[in-house]
Amino acid sequence: MTKFSEIALNGLALGSVYALIALGFVVIFKASGVMNFAHGSLLLLGGFVIAELHDELGFGGAVLVGVVVTAAGAGLMELLFIRGLGTVELHVLTILTIGIDILLTTELVRRIGSDTMSLGDPWGNDSVRIGDAYVAEARIASIVVATILIGFFFAAFRYTAWGLSMRAASEDREAAALMGVSMKRIQLVAWCIAGALAAVAAVFLTAAPTSGLDRTTGQIALKAFPAAVLGGMDSAPGALVGALMIGLAEALAAGYQSELDVLGGGVSGIAPYIVMILILLWRPTGLLGSKELSRV
Amino acid sequence: MSETPVATAAPKERKAPADSGGRSAHTALRTTLRWNKLAGLVAVLVLAALPFYLTEFWLITGLFAMAAVLGAIGLNILSGNAGQLSLGHAFFLAVGAYSYIVLSGESGVIGTHETDGFGLPPLLAMAGAVVVAGLFGGVFSPIAGRLRGMYLGIATLALVFIGEHVMTNAHNITGGHNGRPAEPMSIFGFSFSDGDPDLAVLGVEFDRYERLWYFGLVLVVGGILVARNLLRGRPGRALGAVRDSEIAAGVMGVPVARFRSMAFVVSSMYAGLAGALLALVYGTLVPGSFGLQMSIDYLAMIVIGGLGSVGGAVAGAIFVTVLPQLFSHYAASLPLVVEAGGDGIGPTEAARYLYGAVIILVLVFAPGGLAGIARRWSLALRSAKRPSSPSGKTPPQGAVS
Repeated sequence: MTKFSEIALNGLALGSVYALIALGFVVIFKASGVMNFAHGSLLLLGGFVIAELHDELGFGGAVLVGVVVTAAGAGLMELLFIRGLGTVELHVLTILTIGIDILLTTELVRRIGSDTMSLGDPWGNDSVRIGDAYVAEARIASIVVATILIGFFFAAFRYTAWGLSMRAASEDREAAALMGVSMKRIQLVAWCIAGALAAVAAVFLTAAPTSGLDRTTGQIALKAFPAAVLGGMDSAPGALVGALMIGLAEALAAGYQSELDVLGGGVSGIAPYIVMILILLWRPTGLLGSKELSRV
Repeated sequence: MSETPVATAAPKERKAPADSGGRSAHTALRTTLRWNKLAGLVAVLVLAALPFYLTEFWLITGLFAMAAVLGAIGLNILSGNAGQLSLGHAFFLAVGAYSYIVLSGESGVIGTHETDGFGLPPLLAMAGAVVVAGLFGGVFSPIAGRLRGMYLGIATLALVFIGEHVMTNAHNITGGHNGRPAEPMSIFGFSFSDGDPDLAVLGVEFDRYERLWYFGLVLVVGGILVARNLLRGRPGRALGAVRDSEIAAGVMGVPVARFRSMAFVVSSMYAGLAGALLALVYGTLVPGSFGLQMSIDYLAMIVIGGLGSVGGAVAGAIFVTVLPQLFSHYAASLPLVVEAGGDGIGPTEAARYLYGAVIILVLVFAPGGLAGIARRWSLALRSAKRPSSPSGKTPPQGAVS
């Protein structure tokens, strides 16, 4: 039972980080209708900025700058590439984000080289005892921070004017625009929020139990794709549910690797994808995604 | 989208044979087709002459491009013509490559791993690889049939990761981390390898890559012809209708589900053929050659080339495969680019920058891709030639250029 509670807590922590990334996907998808493949490079950008600056500014200051820079970067992407092409088919825009990702990732990977950079997070290697399970401090921090951020996000979504116009826009873009909702501002803000969340996720992805930021960190964003998709691409609560499921599935597969040996080593790496396919077979638009309606 | 003008314009011309504008449009179309045929013939002749002049490095690059052309045509049918976004193309290439290796190879021991093999003749094994890849596509198509748009794209992403996992673990197929050699192709005793029989044509030694070049050329020409015929006929129009609106297509009597899965099977078969050719060119396959990067490259090929056009897929595939090689080869003589390992932007990085930039630029300035640019140019050329041509009578451009 000890083992199980440890695994479950780790899964929850992992899920909370995925939730930050998946929420970014969903926000962008709701606002622009684009699946953002450049999210991995945004994550890497956030991590890189924090890693570079934490010596001078201290951890808190570096995170602040990193979040701002990444949010600005995401906003810039929207301004430069997505906005002007609003009339193009959406899958073309999606592939465009692949192009952006290639550019940004190449530049960052060139700068990072083969180093493993520390982000200077204050948690170190200590672990906390909860009941009879030991969990790394960074993991607890990630659960706490993610819960607060996501809580903020949902509150903003529910109670602010921006949230209202965002919900209206995702319901029906044209109608919202006719009601005086500025689509431009909504999209820009959505991309900035997604960028900021990605930067925060980068902090926890590279904290204590992991060795640090390296050139492959951005690829972790790919694992949040299944989270966003199985919850439903246009549902923020869905992203949350999906991320927790993916995190738990991955942690369980890693924790019980010895029992799963039939499936080969490293099955935890593909657990998210297997869970996603099974869910999509059952519900083709995800758990909480809106059903597809079409008019001829 | 390029298929429809032909379909709608053809009956118009038949209805009014006396209309001089219609007739001139018709002749223009026939001239275009004749020119296209001629250009194709010239291209094949030039390609057939290349092994006499190219070094081994460029031959290998060309062979990779040929495999990419086959794969890109397949993905284009699926994503460009049928509108099903797929990020799992690398998986089907892997299925083709390893099917060929297993079907043609002998059982034995590689390193510490036992490997399975069926020892079939290579040509039969290659056909088998295509069929197996098609079967895998057929198995996945019911899943694909339930999903739309982005959901399908991400679900196919899963195929790549699951495939990679299986490949690193199924040692009896892949031979483990050290990889597994592919049986060289041989047709009726003529082996596509160095020697057996030794061959020199016009003083040029014909070794493995020279021989494979012609084999690949035959596959590519065949692949292009099959795809063109498929897309110009009924199936192509049905696929276009399904892509544009499934419900409308269904109402018009197109069996939507059948065509959606057909597109998946055909596309996987092309991928399987491309994978088998890749296995022949590589000689030894290591697991991990078929990752997400490859899927993304294929997607980039068809987007740069122009969605829905066979010619575009060919151009895009050549572009994406040859560009990095060009860069790494001529890195020394390029400004701003330093040799690999130096301080600054290395050739691989420069190629990546250009690659990313080209994807963005093409999508921003020419959403129709290279094929769209070619179509626009040839239209402009023709209207410049015949200024008296009545407006609106512009002959439909060969849909699959």
